[in-house]
Amino acid sequence: MNRINTALEQDKKLLSIYFTAGYPSLNDTKKIIQDLEKSGVDMIEIGLPFSDPLADGPTIQESSTVALKNGMTTKLLFEQLADIRQSVKIPLIIMGYFNPMMQYGVEAFCAKCQEIGIDGLIIPDLPVAEYHEQYQETFEKYGLINVFLITPQTSEERIRFIDSVSNGFIYMVSSASVTGSTSGFGNTQEAYFERIANMNLKASQIVGFGISDNETFTQATKTAKGAIIGSAFINNLTNNGVESIDNFIKGIR
Amino acid sequence: MSYQVNEKGYYGDFGGAYIPEMLYPNVEELRSTYLNIMNEPSFKEEFDQLLRDYVGRPSPLYYAKRLSEKHNTKVYLKREDLNHTGAHKVNNTIGQILVAKKLGKNRIIAETGAGQHGVATATVCALMGIECIVYMGEIDIKRQAPNVARMKMLGAEVRPAKSGSKTLKDATNEAIRDWINNPVDTHYIIGSAIGPHPYPDMVTRFQSIISEEIKWQLKEKEGRENPDYVVACIGGGSNAAGTYYHFLDEPSVGIIAVEAAGKGVNSGESAATSQLGKEGIIHGCKTLLMQTPDGQITEPYSISAGLDYPGVGPLHSHLYKTGRGEFYSVTDDDAMTAGLELSQLEGIIPAIETSHALAIFNDKQFKPDDIVVISLSGRGDKDLNTYIDYFKL
Repeated sequence: MNRINTALEQDKKLLSIYFTAGYPSLNDTKKIIQDLEKSGVDMIEIGLPFSDPLADGPTIQESSTVALKNGMTTKLLFEQLADIRQSVKIPLIIMGYFNPMMQYGVEAFCAKCQEIGIDGLIIPDLPVAEYHEQYQETFEKYGLINVFLITPQTSEERIRFIDSVSNGFIYMVSSASVTGSTSGFGNTQEAYFERIANMNLKASQIVGFGISDNETFTQATKTAKGAIIGSAFINNLTNNGVESIDNFIKGIR
Repeated sequence: MSYQVNEKGYYGDFGGAYIPEMLYPNVEELRSTYLNIMNEPSFKEEFDQLLRDYVGRPSPLYYAKRLSEKHNTKVYLKREDLNHTGAHKVNNTIGQILVAKKLGKNRIIAETGAGQHGVATATVCALMGIECIVYMGEIDIKRQAPNVARMKMLGAEVRPAKSGSKTLKDATNEAIRDWINNPVDTHYIIGSAIGPHPYPDMVTRFQSIISEEIKWQLKEKEGRENPDYVVACIGGGSNAAGTYYHFLDEPSVGIIAVEAAGKGVNSGESAATSQLGKEGIIHGCKTLLMQTPDGQITEPYSISAGLDYPGVGPLHSHLYKTGRGEFYSVTDDDAMTAGLELSQLEGIIPAIETSHALAIFNDKQFKPDDIVVISLSGRGDKDLNTYIDYFKL
């Protein structure tokens, strides 16, 4: 069974962390993953940096710009991750934009992911219809779970369709925003979380965007299976360095 | 071979809507309504009336006698430079502001490089009394101060894009982010024939008034609707798309696209996307774009701020790949010389973007009885400082 599905079966709320590969320093990737697992994180999203990350706010864009300046490439990321499964057991997901994957070759990219032990992909600018028609077979051939996003504006019909093609979890974007731009959840978000919970979807939901601390993590996981922290974690790396990972994670739950 | 967009939003292999889910409701709303809106009689009536009384259409099709003599062929200039705001851009912003009104939007966002599309958007927002926010790269804001002042005078807010390379592609990213953050009340007026479906098709249709007029104007002057060639400069490709549109399925009409070679196609400072680009995804569509082998989008260069976009519209990628369009690239130097030549032969100072199209005579020898229509996409007032610096005037 895919590690993502195994994790989703656990009887607890999952904490997932996003970080940008190659940030703050080019060769931090492996250490960050190992330290995150040690500190009790349940799942990791490894960001493949892109020059033009449309769905991201300033924090993740800046970390991507730095990572690219540091020399991060798709090939190098795969090299850094080559023996990651000797030390890390939790699910690993690569999150990135579609163009770098296309240039690497979608099939070659998926094959490499399987070889390394990557469990899934999140590609914000690969729409569900394109995936379904052109790429689903390839992803499945290499045992990769593709994760789709839904937002408060996604229609019920579309959520049902996304649910039907999801074989892992649904990434539930907490509000209409790019990453890193909201602080705290209000009634609107709570109603939205409630509405989705009542749809009894096949795929579990993990909430992302706007989660930064214990309070927002608790709110987000009241109904959802887990939550993802990205920008807040990167800000912590920027301000306190890689040595502060354990401290940051312990503060979340 | 079809050169129309198909029902999935593709021109051959190019196009589509590669957008994050956050944009889906907005783009889908537009996709499912734009053709119906554009076909409503009340829409057509208002669009035509504004193009006539406000923009000043039809724009003349002018037989350039001295230019024709110099190059030993028959050259007609389609005078988009005489439009209100000085370029073809306003054809599209008039159309899109009317679409935005039909959709009940009360806030407009736009991206701009040199500021021409920003000015055209600010203009129609003033006309309609709608809030307008224009994203512009921080570097471009410094380079294009007069257009920034124009937009402010028209009541628009100009927001600097401070991310990445701080130019057009980053302004586009910021506008897209704004749309993600404001999914209900906002319409995004994209200025070129790029972006997720239906934008390339919608922008092309609004600009297609250019070729629609060429047809009847040429009929009046030459007794035939179809020229031998239509020529336009290409950045993202909106004036080109409009100039070609009604000739795409007329095999007797040669389609010529002129890209900016900057300091030379292989100089490392160029914007010749068809020569340097590879298939990939930029700003929501699959098309040719300039990128590193690793798929990072690179920063193009041209002396013309309106042509330094790292991609090209999906229709144009299709025209290139199928061979329907002939693509040329023209250096800064050749474009500047061609701009000066037109000024002194015809008394028309063209925008530097347009000067690239006019430099086609260096690369292609037309026959004496060929009829060549060149899109004179914009006037040169905005480029006076660049001309002054270049020619030490």
